[in-house]
Amino acid sequence: MANLKLKDVEKVYGGTVRVLSDIDLDIQQGELVVFVGPSGCGKSTLLRMIAGLEKITGGTLEIDGMVVNDVPPSERGIAMVFQSYALYPHMTVRDNMAFALKIAGKSKDEIDQRVKAAADKLQLTNFLDRLPKALSGGQRQRVAIGRSIVRDPKVYLFDEPLSNLDAALRVATRIEIAQLKEQMPDSTMIYVTHDQVEAMTLASRIVVLAGGGIAQVGAPLDLYEKPNSTFVAQFIGSPAMNLLDGEIVSTGQTTTLKLAKGGGTIQSHYPSQPGDEGAKVQVGIRPEDMSETDGENFAYHGTVEITEALGEVTLLYFKKDSPDSQQIIGKLSGIHQDLRGRDVKLTASPEKVHVFLDGISLHHRHEGVFLPGVQPH
Amino acid sequence: MDNIAGQKSSLSWAVNITVVLLVLIWIIPTVGLLVSSFRDRDQISASAWWESPFPVEQAFRARAEGDVTQQGDLYVITGNVYEASEVASSFTNSRPPISAFGLTGREPGQFQAGEEVENRDGGTVIINSDGTFTFSTEEDPEAEGFPRIYFLAETPPDFDLQNYDTVLGGDGMGQAFINTLTVTIPATIIPILIAAFAAYALAWMDFPGRGLLIAAVVGLLVVPLQLALVPLLKLHQQIGIGQSFLGIWLAHTGFGLPLAVYLLRNYMVGLPRDIIESAKVDGATDFQIFTRIILPLSFPALASFAIFQFLWTWNDLLVAKVFLPSSDESWVMTVRIADDLLGSRGGDWGILAAAAFVSIAVPLIVFFTMQRYLVRGLLAGSVK
Repeated sequence: MANLKLKDVEKVYGGTVRVLSDIDLDIQQGELVVFVGPSGCGKSTLLRMIAGLEKITGGTLEIDGMVVNDVPPSERGIAMVFQSYALYPHMTVRDNMAFALKIAGKSKDEIDQRVKAAADKLQLTNFLDRLPKALSGGQRQRVAIGRSIVRDPKVYLFDEPLSNLDAALRVATRIEIAQLKEQMPDSTMIYVTHDQVEAMTLASRIVVLAGGGIAQVGAPLDLYEKPNSTFVAQFIGSPAMNLLDGEIVSTGQTTTLKLAKGGGTIQSHYPSQPGDEGAKVQVGIRPEDMSETDGENFAYHGTVEITEALGEVTLLYFKKDSPDSQQIIGKLSGIHQDLRGRDVKLTASPEKVHVFLDGISLHHRHEGVFLPGVQPH
Repeated sequence: MDNIAGQKSSLSWAVNITVVLLVLIWIIPTVGLLVSSFRDRDQISASAWWESPFPVEQAFRARAEGDVTQQGDLYVITGNVYEASEVASSFTNSRPPISAFGLTGREPGQFQAGEEVENRDGGTVIINSDGTFTFSTEEDPEAEGFPRIYFLAETPPDFDLQNYDTVLGGDGMGQAFINTLTVTIPATIIPILIAAFAAYALAWMDFPGRGLLIAAVVGLLVVPLQLALVPLLKLHQQIGIGQSFLGIWLAHTGFGLPLAVYLLRNYMVGLPRDIIESAKVDGATDFQIFTRIILPLSFPALASFAIFQFLWTWNDLLVAKVFLPSSDESWVMTVRIADDLLGSRGGDWGILAAAAFVSIAVPLIVFFTMQRYLVRGLLAGSVK
């Protein structure tokens, strides 16, 4: 239960390979912060640096106001749940959970009581005398979580804890983790995942890591509604946000746009400055925000190449202009299988239209936005 | 690359035949040795081990002992060869028919049974198939002793534990057995202890020069131990260990360590990193990680090396001859068998075979109780 402060943290391998730089982050007590990012972005490395399993090669890491750069993992007051569970295969569930306490030299009564409390919380009481190999994947992951709970750490670290589970179990365990967090509102948790759903549902704040830095930090819906760059815009949400080429026609509190493959003009709720007229921008519209229209003003029109009917929604894949141009996807609610092969016009309401100038959102143009320089997917 | 997994090679019959041949090549002499170890010495020299279930036509040598009557100038001896003192003990239960007899050791089956033949000095000899004989000679048997006769008779197969009794009962084999255990057990445990620590450090602790050390260990694998025998013994003499059990423990430890470190290190490196890091986060020191996590998980590798080292030290003759005192109270079994038995009773195959089986009994027990670890441990240690 603690505050974490990362200041200019960087990680350099072998003096030359820089995987993380200028990581500045404040994590308050009681937060559940999720690190997301494309593979290879260094999110696990950052977590392991916080854990003390990787050396911090630059900057400082503070836990509760104390710099812990050179403090060994066991003395940082952290507990870590590994992707592979990392249970001790030769020990029973009870011994697995008691291991850290035994090492710490706690009394037998205290160990028993804390193991029992954790087992109750995770519904593991009936499995205490089993070996890990006799447990299912979900139970193993619960043991791994229980192993960290018994230590009552300042900070919980989760390294992709659900990625070894099958889909159904992943949902169930995700909800269990959310409930666990609710039971322990004061505990600080850091959670690494590449799964957006986990990030959106669990996080109080999401940290999007990419290209060796932090692309954006914010509450899940903030990132969804106000991405600061095309990278975050396309990284959060699935299918990814469509980026359409366009031009600013008039400026003000709202912006009027003319799109390359659109007709007439459309409005965006993003404010723009005088002098922006004529600027080439990228207009972002999420597939789920698009709607079919017959009007004069629309954002995009194209031939539907493939439809994917999922029942509640239908995905429309439009024909690309050239093989390397971006795939435009529309997501309409309901069933629209008859649209295949037809020319469809799409539009979106002004509050759903995002505008990016040079890759940076007009909302965030005066902040120092970090552009990762990598593809989101 | 698409047919590497799952497809049966068309040459599998060749593999199967080769395996069967290899197994036969190994098994046949061993079975022969086993059968011979139960057989009587004379039967071993009369017939091969694969003929051992069948009666053996064996030559016997006896004196024609019986009742003597004088007829003219000839002494006539009548009696039964089976009752002759030299062979009576071989025929207590049965009296197989005699097929042939002879008067010289060179041709013990020169004449058919029942045939009357002339003796050298003018008398006649007849031996019937039931063993009764009539021997007439000019020489007075009471003065000269009964004359020699030879005969061939089929003896039934004779299996017993006589050889084992001889090997285990006499000749200090018990002492040699204990000496071998005294050498083998510490020479197995000491290198495992040292190598396990070294392997953990080489696998999981970061320190400068680790790669070089591993390379050096691999390099030592190819150094023949004969190279070190003399300098090592000299060293032992200088520092006062001399030829002793302590000396041979140290020598076996040294010779076994490179393989032990190499095997265990490779196995430990294959253990999941997460488990070790998890233990670190849990607050365990390197020593605690080693004793509580790594050692229990490395049991297959430890067991497989233990089997190797045990077999090798148990069967070792060279190192034992060099590093143990030459007096016979510190002889190990290999020295006792190879040096002593082979020298003094080299013709007595039954005894040698029995001794060989006594000496492989313990390794066999060790091997069969731990072989599942041997297979698993080896694969896990070297391939993974």
